[in-house]
Amino acid sequence: MSQAAVAGREEFGPALPIQVAAMARLSITRLIRQPAAVVPTLIFPLFLLAVNAGGLSAATDIPGFPTDSYLTFAIGFTFIQSGIFSTMMAGQGLAQDIENGFFSRLVLTPMRQTALLSGQLAGLVLLGQFQALFYLAVGLAAGAHFEAGIGGYFVLAGLISIISVGFGGVGLIMAIRTGSGEAVQGMFPIMFVLLFFSSMALPRDLIQQDWYRFVATINPVSYLIEAIRSLFITGWDGEALALGFGVAIVLAITSITLAARSLKGRMLK
Amino acid sequence: MSRVYFSSAWAVAWRYLHNLYTKPAVFLPSLLFPLFFLAAFAGGLSAVGDAPGFGYYDFTAFQFCFVLIQASALAGVFAGFSIAADFEQGMGRRMMLATTHRSAIVLGFAIGAASRLIVTWVVITGVALIGGMGVAGGPVNLAGMYSLALLANVAALLFSSGIALRFRSLQAGPLMQMPVFIILFLAPVYVPQDLLSGWIEPAASVNPVTALLNAARSLMAGEPTGVLGAFAVAAGLIVVMGIWSIRGLRRAETAG
Repeated sequence: MSQAAVAGREEFGPALPIQVAAMARLSITRLIRQPAAVVPTLIFPLFLLAVNAGGLSAATDIPGFPTDSYLTFAIGFTFIQSGIFSTMMAGQGLAQDIENGFFSRLVLTPMRQTALLSGQLAGLVLLGQFQALFYLAVGLAAGAHFEAGIGGYFVLAGLISIISVGFGGVGLIMAIRTGSGEAVQGMFPIMFVLLFFSSMALPRDLIQQDWYRFVATINPVSYLIEAIRSLFITGWDGEALALGFGVAIVLAITSITLAARSLKGRMLK
Repeated sequence: MSRVYFSSAWAVAWRYLHNLYTKPAVFLPSLLFPLFFLAAFAGGLSAVGDAPGFGYYDFTAFQFCFVLIQASALAGVFAGFSIAADFEQGMGRRMMLATTHRSAIVLGFAIGAASRLIVTWVVITGVALIGGMGVAGGPVNLAGMYSLALLANVAALLFSSGIALRFRSLQAGPLMQMPVFIILFLAPVYVPQDLLSGWIEPAASVNPVTALLNAARSLMAGEPTGVLGAFAVAAGLIVVMGIWSIRGLRRAETAG
């Protein structure tokens, strides 16, 4: 399909908000109908949180550790971990559409790229909000402190939304470029490496190994974790929040831009 | 009879190893994952070794013992994946027709899973030594530590083969992997058992992997403690999982 044909095709059909709503409904319905895919993304981060909170509580005795509750320290990691799972879910959903031919049929409709991408991400943002509320409730029930209070919850929800879009965009890029659900799943270990080689387990200044501290410092995931962590431990830490929001916004803009370019290329095929 | 039996088992083991080492996409993740855990835990958490009451001579060695047991157990699970794949693709049925005693199939995969460990052990031990791990235990202690890891491998293989033979599909992969992953992480992974607190403390105390891990760490430190108990626990696990696996084999036979 030529570029002119794509542009011409988009002039017809329903208005953009209607298209976005239709794709969002599809994305959300898919999530609701796949509890087997959604539930593990909720439970697995909580399991790791529980194991780490119990197993690493002795770390709070290290001089300079910022809190006396390892649960409070570690819960920020849980939100980011679920964000990484979102990458896989977004990619898996679109890759499935490409594999079973649904995407090809969508391309033949007047659906705009913007609607396709934003609709795919809508379900993830909703899931992200649900996870944020769920993890916060479980964390507070288990004894974590949330220093930022009610206002902090809205900041947390906003940051989670941007992170969901950012990681979801990465998943969409992988799905569009490979067109294979198996290939998207194969990227999971790489995403996990990003997660583990960060400041997830200890504050960066307490990491003793120089090479590891360097990797954690250049790893953008560290700043996302630290922004969320600051809401739990210090309340309102402007620097941590600015860095976290900055990284999340850059990630979201970059991934969506690249996803849009990749999508255009696939539609032209 | 026994010659034919072992010949069948060797054939299954050889085929498994041939498939494994000719497919880097299958082999490499199982090799890289333990290295990744070793780097992440030993590198990122080394300050935990300074926590009051930690009391182990070397934090990298402390984490190495966990990674050794984990890599060995997961190698057994990955062999279970291969059994499931073989049955899914129809190869399992052909193997069952070709063997007089079908337990030779499980034995063959067990031999294959144990053989692949040699490469995994060499790589993770080499990387840990390059990373500065100190070894306090003598040759006999280290032989005991690697023997415990081998027994963990056999127990995990028998568990996952039981699942694979019942479901005969790779879709059962999470059922093989997740329980092993969970039981491994319910042991004292990051700190000695005495420093655990909260709900994980009682969970670790009844977890059989804790006995294996504590004994492996004591052997690594050259101060063996609870080693006989750990071998007894491992033997018990192998007996229970062996029964589970053989019953799975009977299910597969019944299903045809």
